[in-house]
Order: sequence, then structure tokens, then C-alpha cells
Amino acid sequence: MRVSLFITCFNDTLFPQTGQATVTVLERLGHEVDFRPEQTCCGQMHSNSGYPREALTLVRRFVETYRDAPMIVVPSTSCTSTIRAQYPRLAAGDSALLAELDTIIPRVHEFTEFLTRVLEVEDVGAYYPHRVTYHASCNALRALKLGGAPRALLGAVRGMEFVDLADIEQCCGFGGTFAVKNAEVSTAMLTDKMRAVLATGAEVVTAGDNSCLMHIAGGLSRLQAGVRAMHIAEILACV
Amino acid sequence: MKTFPEIAHTELRDTQLRRNIRKATTTIRARTARVTAELPDWEQLRDAGQAIKQATLRDLDKHLLQLEERVTAAGGSVHWARDAEEAREIIIGITRRHGATRAIKIKSMTTDEIDLNPAMHAAGIEPIETDLADMIVQLMDDTPSHILVPAIHRNRAEIQALFEDKFGQGKLTDKPTDLTAAARLYLREKFLNTPVAISGANVAIAETGSVCVVESEGNGRMCLTLPRVLISLMGIEKVLPRFEDLQVFLQLLPRSSTGERMNPYTSLWSGVREADGPQEFHLVLLDNGRTKIMADEAARETLHCIRCSRCLNVCPVYERTGGHAYDSMYQGPIGAILTPQLRGYEKAGSLPFASTLCGACYEVCPVKINIPRILIHLRAGATDARRAAHAIDPETVAMKAALWMFASQSRLGAAQALGRIAQRAIAHDGLISRLPGPLSGWTDTRDFPALPAQSFRAWWHNRAHPK
Repeated sequence: MRVSLFITCFNDTLFPQTGQATVTVLERLGHEVDFRPEQTCCGQMHSNSGYPREALTLVRRFVETYRDAPMIVVPSTSCTSTIRAQYPRLAAGDSALLAELDTIIPRVHEFTEFLTRVLEVEDVGAYYPHRVTYHASCNALRALKLGGAPRALLGAVRGMEFVDLADIEQCCGFGGTFAVKNAEVSTAMLTDKMRAVLATGAEVVTAGDNSCLMHIAGGLSRLQAGVRAMHIAEILACV
Repeated sequence: MKTFPEIAHTELRDTQLRRNIRKATTTIRARTARVTAELPDWEQLRDAGQAIKQATLRDLDKHLLQLEERVTAAGGSVHWARDAEEAREIIIGITRRHGATRAIKIKSMTTDEIDLNPAMHAAGIEPIETDLADMIVQLMDDTPSHILVPAIHRNRAEIQALFEDKFGQGKLTDKPTDLTAAARLYLREKFLNTPVAISGANVAIAETGSVCVVESEGNGRMCLTLPRVLISLMGIEKVLPRFEDLQVFLQLLPRSSTGERMNPYTSLWSGVREADGPQEFHLVLLDNGRTKIMADEAARETLHCIRCSRCLNVCPVYERTGGHAYDSMYQGPIGAILTPQLRGYEKAGSLPFASTLCGACYEVCPVKINIPRILIHLRAGATDARRAAHAIDPETVAMKAALWMFASQSRLGAAQALGRIAQRAIAHDGLISRLPGPLSGWTDTRDFPALPAQSFRAWWHNRAHPK
């Protein structure tokens, strides 16, 4: 299958290894990956921060970029849910744009969702001999309703010792600009998340979204906690 | 006027508050989860609740007029209050007419919304809260911190000390049975010797002219039946068209709020009945901004709220800050959307941002209010208000700059390259531990990753075009 990667601005700029790992896994499964350099940002920050008109410019850009893409894979749960839940609202009143979104949105899939629900694959041939815990991230859990999909992918990784994270439904406190505007509340939430991560004794905490992971890892690293964060694609890319 | 982060700064440091709220919300979360999961048709009940609320708001004028007609026919009086001031005048006017120097109160956040108590004091009438927790909050000269459990931030020892101080019943123990017995003794005298009661209303039924109050203690029942005069204040959105609609909400409400299958006291009355209960009944219908909310299609469903407080109990932000940070009688996620709509962005503009948009509230709301969606909608309103008030708004400048960058792949690539140069001064070992300006909020407690040597787009380009 020909798969178009929407890497997201965040991964492109800060976490290129997540994009590389996504390419590795998809190519290993025999798919042809295409990257369109016109892509930039989904508009999540603008939309969630009170700038819907600015976000709409980025909705249009996304549509321009992916209009003819047969399948679009996104290694980010929050960007996927922005596209799915917010694009139609941002485009309200523009019937031509809405009609295009109607045809594009069903072709947009979050990475683990694409593997488990479109390709129906759980074992991607990965080997990762470490103790790992998984943070669900609110968008995976509630907006995308990924359920056990990421867990099933991790379960098939050879050599891995998986430990469940307590209170998995609890937000890590990132919330985009919330982490800065309400930095202290955000930190209080992060502290409880780090406590849960540390209680697992895991060496690695993983998730389907690098924004949660950047937050959790930023706190763990400040405390010299000795736990690192890795996007789930990076674990699945290891052999 | 303090903002949410400013009040949260103080509240976060209150260790007892943190512990009380964590314990209380964890317990109630488990209980509501259990009693909602046991109903096979819970999802259908939620859908029904949502559908009834939607349909009712569409014809609200019709239902309210029918309610007025039926209440009047049953011997009650209906008063229409456009805003808080009119509602206060109506309620105080009725109380005065009966020469009362005090009035007992039960179950009414709406009276807090209209700042009734200070106005009553000013008019020489003592308002006496009789819901146990409301009474504690009032006697402590405090403010409620939870829709359903107003004194959630207090503990037993504080309440014991308060009762010893205020009741004149000598030394008490901190045993709940002793404390409630002391409160009972104190309240009975008020119930028996006060001619006027003021209540809220959970629901009013248009077709029968009935008003309904749902509670746990029975103190509400006392207020609703003992005094000669009863005044009920109700937001106009609380009306339901048919009596049979009650069956949906009397299942949704207790299971979502206290985690009970049925609440202990459900009082329903229609007008007045000779020699039985209050001989004068007044229903005050309050707008106070509600029709304005209704006019905003994207936020209208805020008015579906049945004040169960389940969104507070599942909210990770509320669990850390408690209710006072919201500076309103409506706290938590519902407060974050309702308060700014009632008071305006100037007074409550920080509230729509007091959320990570995690969606826990929407997941459990018994009438399926999409709170995260409304928060985002209100953020746009708050941002527009801020932009209009300031010639240069730093955040807007930053957001415009980000858009300018994202509107072009070459500009994004150039910005990534520039960032790598700029960060040389502040990045060490792949981490940035101190960022300037407002971004320092992040690095006060968390490291930020340094930009990697190569962006993904650069890596892809090199891979496709090997040198």
C-alpha cells in the first residue's frame, strides 16, 4: 500500500527519530511510504489556544497537501484527533472545504490504529528487551478510542517485559499551552504521573504521542529519575 | 479579580485540601462508576437525557409559559427575573412583606449566583443555610468549593471546633453521629420558628406545574414543608415538559452525583394545598444570561447541565486545585464553561484555559455535554476579547508568527535551522533547562528537549537524494 506520512511539525522539528521509526515499521511491513514536504502543522495549537481563524489556514494547507493521498498515517494521537474532531468545526460554513474533509478524514489514521485496524497486524517483528510501561494519553483513550490496540502491539514485541501503568486514564498534565499558562497545576498532575511511572520499575515509558512523552520525560529528566521516554513507533522499529 | 492560575498557586500549597479532595473524589469516582455501570441501559438514559434537554430548549418559551399557567392554577405565583438584581428584589420583597427577619435556605447555588445572601443581610434579613455542608460553609464565613459537597475542603476536626464555637452545646466529639446530632438540634429550632423558606429547584414540570428538589439529608424537606411561605428560585433552563421526563433525570442525577441508586429525599409539590405545607408559594424564574447562552449555538448545551458534579469528580485539574480556584459557585469543568458565559471574559477569561482538554468530563457527563469542545469555543472568545482590549498582545504576535512559519515549508525549514543555532547558548547535553519569558513556566519544573541535529524533513531529503 502507498502510505503518506503526516509527520506533524512537532515530530519533524523535535523528534525526527519517531518519524524515522514510523517509516522503518511501515516499510518492513511491505508498504511504500511517501513524505510530502509541503506539510507543516495540523493547527492544533492555534485551534486549542483560541485562534480558530489561524487554524483554518492550516486546515486548508492540510487539504491541499493530502487531497490525492490514498492513505495518511500520523504518529501522533493528538494531531489525529485534531484532524478528526476539530477540522469539520473549523471549516464550518465552507461547504466546499467540508466536502473535501468528508473524503480525506476517513483516510487519516493514527499510527497504531493503522497497524491494528487497517492492516490488522499486531506482531510487527520487533525485539526490545527492556522493561516498558505505556501511558495511554487522553486523545488515544477518549478521542480516538484506541482501546487495547497499542497494548496489543507492545504485547507482541519479543523480549519485552511489559508493566501496566496505574491510573492510566489520568492525564499527564501537558495540555499544550496549559503546561505554560497553568504551569503549577500541570506540574502537580505530572508529579502524580511520574509517581505512577516510577512505581512500575520500568526503564522506558512509551505512548503514541510525543507531546505527553516530552512532558513526562521533561519531568523525569529534571529529577534524574533514570527512566526514558520513547514513542511506541521507536520500540516497534527495534529488531 | 484573581485569575485561575493565581488562585491555584495558593490552593496547590494547601496539603490538607489536596489530601481531602483526592480522597473524596477517588471514593466518589469509584462509586459513581459502579452504579452507572450496573444499568444495562445507562447509555440510552444519557442519550434520552440529552435529547430531552435539546428538545426542551428549542421550545423553552412555550414550556415556561405552560409552567407559569399551571403553577398559577395550582395556587402559586410565578415571577420573572431578567437578572440577578431583579431576582434579589423579588425574593427580598416577598420576605419583607411577611415581616420576616430571617429566612431558611436549602439547595440553591442559584441564590449564590445572584449574590442573595449579602443582599438579604443588607436588607436586615438573616439568611440561614440548612443544608449541612452549606451551613458549615456559611458559619465559617467561607465559600463553597464543590457543587455537591460544598465543604469538601474541610475536615471533621474543623467542623467539631466550629460547632462547639457556634452552637453553645458545650464540648462535642468528632464522631459523625454526634456532630450531626448537634447540627440537628441547632437546625430544628430554625425550621420550627422561621416563617419563610428559600429553595432552589432541580426540575420544574411544565404540564403539572410541579417543582422538584432532590437531596440527601431531609433538611430540604423541612424547609419545603414547615414554613408558611416558600420561595423557589430556578434558572429557566431547568424546566422539563412532561412528568414522565422525570424518570430519566431521577435515574441520571443520583447515580452521577452521589453514586446512589436513588437519592434519599425527592420532594415534589404543585402550588399550594390548604392546611398542608406552605400556604404561599412563589416560583422565581431566572434568566441572568441564560437566553444569551442559548443564542450561541456552539455553547448552548452548557444549559443541559443538571448539576450532578460528576465532571468535577473526574477532573484532574479540579482534583489538584479544589473548587476555590474557580472563584465561582460553579466549579470544575462545568464551572469553566458556565462562569465565563454568565460573568463575561473580563471577569472569568482565564477559566476556559483551566483544562488540559483531557475529555474525562465529557466521557461521564450524564447529559453528554461536550465540555472540551465548548472550552475551545470559549477560548476563541476569550482570545478575541483580549486582542480587542490590547493594542499589542504578545501571545497573538507569537501565534501569528507561528502561523507565518507554518504557512510555508521553506520558512519552517529555515526556522528549524535557525533554532539550532540560537539554542547553542541554552542547550546542554540535548536538554534545555531554562527558557526565557513565559516559557519559563515549563522549565521551572521540566527540561525541554533541544532541537536535534537534523529535522525529519532534512533526513528524508538526504535519504531521497543521497550525496
